[in-house]
Formats: sequence, C-alpha cells, structure tokens
Amino acid sequence: MKKSSPKIEQSYNDYIKTLKKEKRLVLFYQLLIFIVFFSIWELLSRQEWIDPLIFSSPAKIVSLLFHKVQDGSIFSHAGFTIYETILGFVLGTLCGTLLAAFLWWFPMASRVLDPYLVILNAMPKVALGPILIVVLGPGFSSIIAMGAVISIIITTIVIYTSFRGVDPNYLKVLETFGASRYVCFKEAVLPASFPAIISTLKVNVGLSWVGVIVGEFLVSQQGLGYLIIYGFQVFNFTLVLMSLLIIAIIATIMYQLVDYLEKKIIKS
Amino acid sequence: MSFLSVQKISHTYFTKKMSKTALQDIQLEIEEGQFVSFLGPSGCGKSTLLSIIAGLLKPTNGEILLEGKTLVSGRDHVIGYMLQQDYLFPWKTIEENILLGLKILNRLTPDSKEKVTRLLKDIGLEGTESQYPRQLSGGMKQRAALVRTLAAEPKILMLDEPFSALDFQTKLKLEDLVWSTLKSFSKTAILVTHDIGEAIAMSDVIHLFGTNPGHIVKTVEVTKELRKLTPFNARNHRDYSALFQTVWKELESLEKIIPED
Repeated sequence: MKKSSPKIEQSYNDYIKTLKKEKRLVLFYQLLIFIVFFSIWELLSRQEWIDPLIFSSPAKIVSLLFHKVQDGSIFSHAGFTIYETILGFVLGTLCGTLLAAFLWWFPMASRVLDPYLVILNAMPKVALGPILIVVLGPGFSSIIAMGAVISIIITTIVIYTSFRGVDPNYLKVLETFGASRYVCFKEAVLPASFPAIISTLKVNVGLSWVGVIVGEFLVSQQGLGYLIIYGFQVFNFTLVLMSLLIIAIIATIMYQLVDYLEKKIIKS
Repeated sequence: MSFLSVQKISHTYFTKKMSKTALQDIQLEIEEGQFVSFLGPSGCGKSTLLSIIAGLLKPTNGEILLEGKTLVSGRDHVIGYMLQQDYLFPWKTIEENILLGLKILNRLTPDSKEKVTRLLKDIGLEGTESQYPRQLSGGMKQRAALVRTLAAEPKILMLDEPFSALDFQTKLKLEDLVWSTLKSFSKTAILVTHDIGEAIAMSDVIHLFGTNPGHIVKTVEVTKELRKLTPFNARNHRDYSALFQTVWKELESLEKIIPED
C-alpha cells in the first residue's frame, strides 16, 4: 500500500477487518462444536442415558490419561506406535518410489506387470497379516511390514503415473546434449515428480497408521493398538477410547508435519 | 562437399491403424555459417526433418552427412536444439540451467563456465544467475534457453519455431538478438517456421515444404541486400515485400493442388 487515496485505504482496512471477523467466526463455531459434543457426551453418560460401561465419558478418559501420563506408561506405548508408523510409511514410500523407477526404466516390465499391480492394489493388504506373522515372526518386524505393505502398491502406481507424465520436451532438451537414461531420470523425471511423491507421503501417513494398528491388534505386547485390543478384552472401554483419542491427535500432527514439508519443498 | 548434406531422407510413421509417410526424398545442402529456413504449413514434416538431422529420430531411409561424415546419433553433440518454449527446468536456477549441457557432456571447467557467464551477460541477462525461471519474462526465458543451447558450442543450431509462443514485440526483438548472436559466432542454423515474414527476415535460403507427404517444393534464395540486414531492418526493405509476394503465391498455389482429406 503505497500512496493511495485515503478512501481506498479506508476500504482496504474494512476488507481486512471483514476477513479477520470471518476467521474469528469460523474458529468460534469450531470451538462450539468441540465443547457441545463433549458436554453432551459427559451429560448422557452421567445420567446413564447411554451405557457408561461402553461409551465411558470424557471425564473418565481424561483422568485415565492423567494417570497413564503420571506413571509414564503411555509414553512408551505411544512412542512404540509412532516409531513403527514412521518406519512403515518411510519404507512404503521408498520401496514404492524405487518400484516406480524400475517400471519407468523398463517399459516392457511395466506392461507385463500392469495386471498384477491392479490386482495387488485391489486386494485388501491387511488380509496379508497372518502370512506376515508366520514369515516374520509375531513382533516388531511384522508390524512394520504391515505398515509398509499397505502403501507400497498405491505409491508405485501414483508415482509411476507421475514419472510418465513428465513433459517429453524436457527429455528432448537433455537428449540433444546426449544425456543417458540415468541422467534423464536424475535431472528431469525425478525432480519433476517431487510434488507427486510428497503428496503420496501424505496419503501414506494415514495408510501406515491403519497397517500398524491392525498389526498391533494381531501380535503386539505394547503400543496403542495393543491398548485398544487389551481394553476390549478386559472390557475397559475408557482405555479403548483414550487410545483412540491419542491416535487421532498424533496422526493429525504427523499429517500436518508432512503438509508443512510439502509447502516448504514446493515453494523452493 | 558442403557442410551439412541431407541425402534422400524419407520417413514413415507407423501406427496400429496406418502408416503415414511424413517425408519423401528430401535432398538438400547447407553451407557453413548459412542460415536456412524450412517454411511450410503444419503437417509438412519440417519438424520431423529437424529431429532427424538432430539425430533424435532415425529416418526410414537416407542419411545425414556432416562435414562428409555420417551422423549416427546425437551422442557426439554437434547439434544444438531450441524448442517452441524455453523448457528451462523450473527447479533449477538460471545458472544451473545454462550450465546443464556442459555438465552432462562433462565439459564443465572454470574456463567454460566463465565463457557461458559472459554469454549470459552479452545477451542481456546479467544478474539473473541465481534466479529461477518463473521470475523471468517469456522473452528472457527464451534468451536463457538460447544461452543454454549455445553453451555447449554446437556446430549447428536447430530452431524449432522458437518465437511462436511470444508476443509480437518480444518476437521482433528476439529475432534480432538471435540473428546477430548467431552471425557473431558464424553459426550454421536451421529455422523451422510457418511465418513467411520471419523466414525472409532471418534466413539466407528458404526451403518451401509441401504436404502429403512432406517434400521440398521450391528453394528460394534471399537477396544479398536482405541477408546483410538485421531481421527488423530487413522487414522494412523494399526487397522484402517482393519476396513475401513470391513466397506467398508459391504457398497459395500449393494449397490449390493438394486436395483436402
């Protein structure tokens, strides 16, 4: 805003004010939903209009969480699950990208493997759980494999499509300099696909949570998935709901981190 | 023996449904330092011929001789190529972009780097080294692309409608700049265009192409006076309009002969 008439400046200020007002309004309703939802839940549970044994109550969940934080056990469970999830989705994205690179490098292989990719993509990967456990043993490696397997195929398909979609004229520029296929991949195909890779990262965060939690259902002696299945077995639904709450919060944080990373990388 | 000789080049594309002959028996000679234009309607195979000369495409028949030797592929790198758009890599700075050719060819030395930096300065882009392509205007980007092409010191420059995506003023300015830059290095150049004026203003010789299949209809020599002038001044010379008429009539008569399909 340089040297504009007072009238324009006035309406500009008004415009900024309206924007701020709208933002406050949105935030207000978001908070309202939050408060109303938990108050009604608490009320229904106290009045025993819903079964408190099954649906627990926000107060009970918070007090249990407080207790678990004090004895520190929640940190080891949450840490274990976070570690598995990160490893799972990094591995899934990395293997998926490598597989996509392989398909790009050998167009013949991509034609041959196409129907198999479609089948593997359509198959629900969590159904592989029992096989993974038998092969890798009931423990850590099975859970991570689960977190990775669930995202590999879809990553491969999305990134391979992005590799194929790179403007052939970029490759033409490189070829006029006598570039090899490797140079073409390194200088044009891979960097042009970075946005696609980052956005699959976002999808894979969510997918890996599914894989890891299911994995923990099946084998684990610790972790948030284990807490859920344990709470279910001893009929402690406060524990189940508390674990669910923690998962929701951590998954959101991870998603936001990847989102932040995306904005930073795309900007530069 | 001329500098570049195109000998009986024919090319046929195959698709599942049909085969289409894009070029038939193209025969032409280009002298060193000459500026040659391929002029013709779209679909006359002029871009295909450019790709073949550049070694990016293998012709069905015929061969290309450069200084008497058969040109097999683009690997020796003697050919520079400029496309319709700049195709600068958006994630690389201007400096990284213009040094790309030398890097790929393993010829990046402090010496060669300095040469390219000087070229960038000569072309009026000093101080843009650390900027990204998106920060530059269309004309500036196309100039940077010219630097990238010239940096690898090609023997022949291929210009595939490099001005067609620019606005008219930028196009006129860039024509002058490219023309004088190429003349100062006495580079041999081939320009593909469908713009009659551009072909006359810039080149020494114009090959007119006809379609179905692509073939050379006529070769027009540009007058000596016009050759000496920069493209902008050439457009104002009296020989220019006369030549324009000749080429125009030639292209008109072509359209009448060829039945629409």
